Amino acid sequence: MMSRKLRHLNLLMCGTIFAIGLSGCHKKTAIAPPPMTDTSAMEGPLPTATLSADPLAIDLGQSVVLNWRTTNATNVTIDGIGPVAANGTQNVTPSTSTNFHLIATNAAGKTAEANVRVTVRVPTAPMAPTGTSADMGSDADFHANVQDVFFDYDSYDLTGNAPTTIAHAAAYLASHPAIRIVIGGYCDERGSAEYNLALGENRANAAKNGLVQAGVSPNRIRVISYGKEKQFCTEQTEACYQQNRRAQFNLDR
Amino acid sequence: MRKRFLTSLALAITFFALHAKAQDQVQTGIREGVTLIRLAAANFKPMGGNAAAFKATFDAVLANDLQNAGIFDMVSKSLQPSGTPGAPSEMNVSQWSAEPANAAFVAFGAIGLQGGRVVVNGWLFDTHNIQYPQVIGKQYTDVPNENAVRQIAHKFADEIIVRLGGGIAGIAETKIYYVAKHGANKEIWVMDYDGANQHALTSLGSVSISPRVSPDNSRVAFSSLGREGFQIRMFSLLLNRMVAFPTISGTNLSPAWSSQGQLAFSSSRTGDPEIWVSDMNGAGMRRVTSFRGPDVSPTWNPKTGSQIAWISGRTGLPQLYIMDADGAAVQRMTDGGYATSPSWSPNGQFLTFAWDRKYGPGAPGGQDIYIMEVASKRWIQLTHDTGRCDFPSWSPDGRHIVYAVQGRGRSEIWTMLADGTQRHKLADNGDMPNWSWK
Repeated sequence: MMSRKLRHLNLLMCGTIFAIGLSGCHKKTAIAPPPMTDTSAMEGPLPTATLSADPLAIDLGQSVVLNWRTTNATNVTIDGIGPVAANGTQNVTPSTSTNFHLIATNAAGKTAEANVRVTVRVPTAPMAPTGTSADMGSDADFHANVQDVFFDYDSYDLTGNAPTTIAHAAAYLASHPAIRIVIGGYCDERGSAEYNLALGENRANAAKNGLVQAGVSPNRIRVISYGKEKQFCTEQTEACYQQNRRAQFNLDR
Repeated sequence: MRKRFLTSLALAITFFALHAKAQDQVQTGIREGVTLIRLAAANFKPMGGNAAAFKATFDAVLANDLQNAGIFDMVSKSLQPSGTPGAPSEMNVSQWSAEPANAAFVAFGAIGLQGGRVVVNGWLFDTHNIQYPQVIGKQYTDVPNENAVRQIAHKFADEIIVRLGGGIAGIAETKIYYVAKHGANKEIWVMDYDGANQHALTSLGSVSISPRVSPDNSRVAFSSLGREGFQIRMFSLLLNRMVAFPTISGTNLSPAWSSQGQLAFSSSRTGDPEIWVSDMNGAGMRRVTSFRGPDVSPTWNPKTGSQIAWISGRTGLPQLYIMDADGAAVQRMTDGGYATSPSWSPNGQFLTFAWDRKYGPGAPGGQDIYIMEVASKRWIQLTHDTGRCDFPSWSPDGRHIVYAVQGRGRSEIWTMLADGTQRHKLADNGDMPNWSWK
C-alpha cells in the first residue's frame, strides 16, 4: 500500500515538474526583447512586477498564497482577481490548474507583466462506462476499484470477502475494456521458497479464475507468482503474514 | 504420540545400524559398529623454492579433506612422531604404527617450487605392511597459486579416500552451487565443497533461485524472475555464459537433472503447477502429474533415473511423494506436517528432505533435515534446534548432506555427515545449496 502511494505521488510530482518546466519555457519564448527607445525618460520610469505563489502545486481544495511586488505602477490587476494593491498577498483556492497573470501599468500606459502557474492535483473521478475508451485510467482509480484479495494460511481458496472483491473488480474491468491487468501471487515468509512460489501461482490463478468466471476475458489477465521473494510486510506477526498472503492486481501497461 | 515417535526412532536406528554393516562404508545415519580407519596426515616437507605459504595451505586442506571424509579416525598432529618425512627413504612406518600415533596408514610427502611451477610428491603408506608399505605414490604439478595448491590437496585426498573408502570416490574436488543474496537481488554462486573459492556465476540483477548442476558439470539450470514471472534459465559452465532455454507461460520452477541428462521441473502453463519432464534443451516437454494444487521440487532417483520424488500440496499441506518418471505408481511418503525440498541419495535408497512435523499457526514446530529409507518409509531426524533448516542436498559419495539454515533475515550454508554429525558452516550468505554429481 505504502509503495503504491509513493509511486502515485512520484508520478504526480513528475507531472508537476514537467508542467512547471513547460510553462517556464513558454514564458521565455513569449518575452519580447526590451524596447530600445529613449522615450522612457520622458514618460517616467517603466513599471516592474514580480508574482510568486507558495506552494506551486496543491491538492484540490487547498489554498495557495499569491505574493506580488510592483514598482512605478499606478494600476495593478491580476486576471481573475481584478484590481489589487501595488504590493500584496492573497489566498486563492483554484479548482483547476491556473496561470495567474499580473499586469502593472504606469501613468503613461506602459505595462509590465508577471506570471505564475499553480498546479492543482485533481483526483480523477471514475469514468462513466463508455465501452470505447482506449485509456486504462489512473492507477488510483484502478486500485480503488480492483482491490487485493487475501488468503487463509496455506490456502488458495477465495473465501471471506474475496468473492465480493472479485465481483466488484470484474464490474470495473467490464466497464473499462482497455484495461489489461497483471495479478501477482504472494505468500507469507513461512514455509519453503519453492513451494511458496507454486502456492503463489495457485493464489494468483484463483483470482484470475474468479475474474474469468465473472466474464473478464482471460486474454486481458497475466499472472506472476512472487512466492515469498517480494515480501510486502516483514514482521513476524499473524497480521503481517495475512497481508503477505494475497493476490495483488496491477495495471499491465 | 511420543511413544510412537520413540518406537519408530528405535526401529529406524536398528534398521540403519544393521544396514550400515551390510553396505560397505556408506553412511546411512548411524555409524555404530563401523570401525573408522586410523589415518595420519603428516605435514609435508618443503623442497626447493620458497613454498612456505603453499605448504601451510596444502597441509591444512589435506588434513581437512581427510577429516571431512567421514571414514577416518584422524591422528592428531600433536600425537605424530617428530620429524617430517619427505620421501619413502625418510619414512619409518613402525614409528607411526606405534603408540601414541597408532596409525594404520600415513600420508606424507613434499611440496616445493621447481621451474616456476608448484610440485607435490605424495605417498600413502600402510604402516602394518613393513615390506611393501606403499599404497599410493603420486606427483602433482601446477601453476604456483593458492587455488592450484588447494586443488592438488583435494586430488591427493580423493586418491586416498577412494583407495581406503570402499571404492567410493571422494568429494574433495566437488563443487556446491548456491544462491547468494545481495540487496534485493539473488544470484547463482559456486564454491568448493569446503566453502573456499566462493564466487558468482550469474549477474542477472534479478531473483535467481534453485540452481541444479548437470551430472556432467557442463550446465547449471535454475529459475529466474523476469517480466513473465519465474522461468527456467540455463548457464553453461563450459562457455561461462547463459545459453538458451525456452520461455514457457506460467511460473516455471525447481529444475532437476536425471543421471541421463533429462530435466524435471514444475510448470504452471496449464494454470496449475505440475511436474513436467523435458530434455536438457527444453524439447519434448511432457506433463507427468495432474492433480489440483501445487506440485514442485522434483528430484530424480540418481541410481535408476526412472523415479521422481517431489512435493505436492494436493491434500493440503505439502507432503513428500514418489512416482515413476511417467507419472505412474504414486506413493505418499510423509504422514503429515510440512515437508519440502527432497534430494535423493546417490545409491537410490534414501531421501533427505526438510520437514516441520508440527506446522501451523502458533505450532511449536521447527523445520529440520530428515532422511527416509524409500523402501520402508522409516525416517530419522538429523538436525535438532539449530534454526530453520531447508534445501538438503546429498553429496555424490552419499556420506554428506549440505543444507541451508535460515533465520533473522539471513541464510547460511552448512554441511554435515549423513548421520547428523560433523556439522560445520560453509558460507555466511547462501541458500538453496546443490552438490555437484562429481
